[in-house]
Amino acid sequence: MISEPALDRLSAMFRAPDVAGTRYELVSILGRGGMGIVYLARDTVLDREVALKIVEGSAGDTNEARILARLEHPGIVPVHDFGQLPDGRLFYAMKRVRGDRLDRWMAAPHDLPERLGVFLRVCDAVAFAHAHGVIHRDLKPENVMVGEFGEVLVLDWGVARQMQIAECKLQIVGTAEFMAPEQARGDATVDHRADVYALGAMLESFGEVIPVLAIARKARSADPGARYQSVQALAADVSRYLAGRAVEAHRETVVDRLARFERRYRLPILLVLTYLAVRALMLWFVRV
Amino acid sequence: MKKVMFATLLGGFLGVFDGLTALFTPEVRDQIVGIVIGSTVKGLVTGVIVGFFATKVHSLVLGTLFGLAVGAFFAYLILLGNPGHTLNIMLPGSLVGLIVGYTAQTHQT
Repeated sequence: MISEPALDRLSAMFRAPDVAGTRYELVSILGRGGMGIVYLARDTVLDREVALKIVEGSAGDTNEARILARLEHPGIVPVHDFGQLPDGRLFYAMKRVRGDRLDRWMAAPHDLPERLGVFLRVCDAVAFAHAHGVIHRDLKPENVMVGEFGEVLVLDWGVARQMQIAECKLQIVGTAEFMAPEQARGDATVDHRADVYALGAMLESFGEVIPVLAIARKARSADPGARYQSVQALAADVSRYLAGRAVEAHRETVVDRLARFERRYRLPILLVLTYLAVRALMLWFVRV
Repeated sequence: MKKVMFATLLGGFLGVFDGLTALFTPEVRDQIVGIVIGSTVKGLVTGVIVGFFATKVHSLVLGTLFGLAVGAFFAYLILLGNPGHTLNIMLPGSLVGLIVGYTAQTHQT
């Protein structure tokens, strides 16, 4: 019995596009992204593997390639080439990223600081895009790759938009679980804070500790004005947690504060206690 | 917290306890205020030196050994004025330096 996804892949390979006349040979299907199918292909000129995205639907949609070409950042998958197939469809070749999708990577045992380290690198890439006026609009663990050497890349910018364009479009795009309410409603006011919401939704699955959940909840506020106003602000609060400092999103009790102090200064506390124990033993021996 | 500040506070904190243990030695109990102040200042100075060293040299082994050496040096200075209490002065003073040196290197700012 062949599973449905396998059947889907097989039939898609049979319907594989004709890449004759290009420098690429299709090898297999890597996945379906926003607005197209991504194939594993071989670049016959440079003899290397690439991810070849063939744009479905609107043949004139060069949006993702143009956006990616502009965003040169270690956390954003780079575009190598762009062109047109004999059937008129557009394609572009991207770096072939080896590793795990974040949702699969998360299934393996990684401690919280390691997970949050990956999260911060996703934030870096998204903040970079925002600084260049681009909103991703479909951030989710499935769109993040953690490479074999720990590199973190944000993929699938197929529904990303320039901020000023996003603000006037009403088209509802994204994934429900990670979609900000204003994005789900198709509001005209969707801005970079929709990505802050999606990052908050991702962060919720990263750790069950109260400060991290409080950060995620703040990032996921229904009202964009109550969220972190930038990805940098969100990342800064996560960094504060990692450094053992108080986070903005969570009002601490005295017990919380003591517990945090103990976590942050565990080693000095242990050494001081050891020192005091040594002193007490010395005194005891002197008196005996 | 910056390394120098952290090491200074830790050195001072340990210095206070170091001095207070003199309460258990009856023959010096009447000088306890001076001992606590002197011991605290010794701890603070050790902390400043060791903390500054930690900002310049990032090596756990060197930092710890440097702390031990500074602590032992100041303890030796105290010992010169109070002969006959070698173990009671040298051991705690060196331990304070060792602890401050180690934690200053491992402390994340």
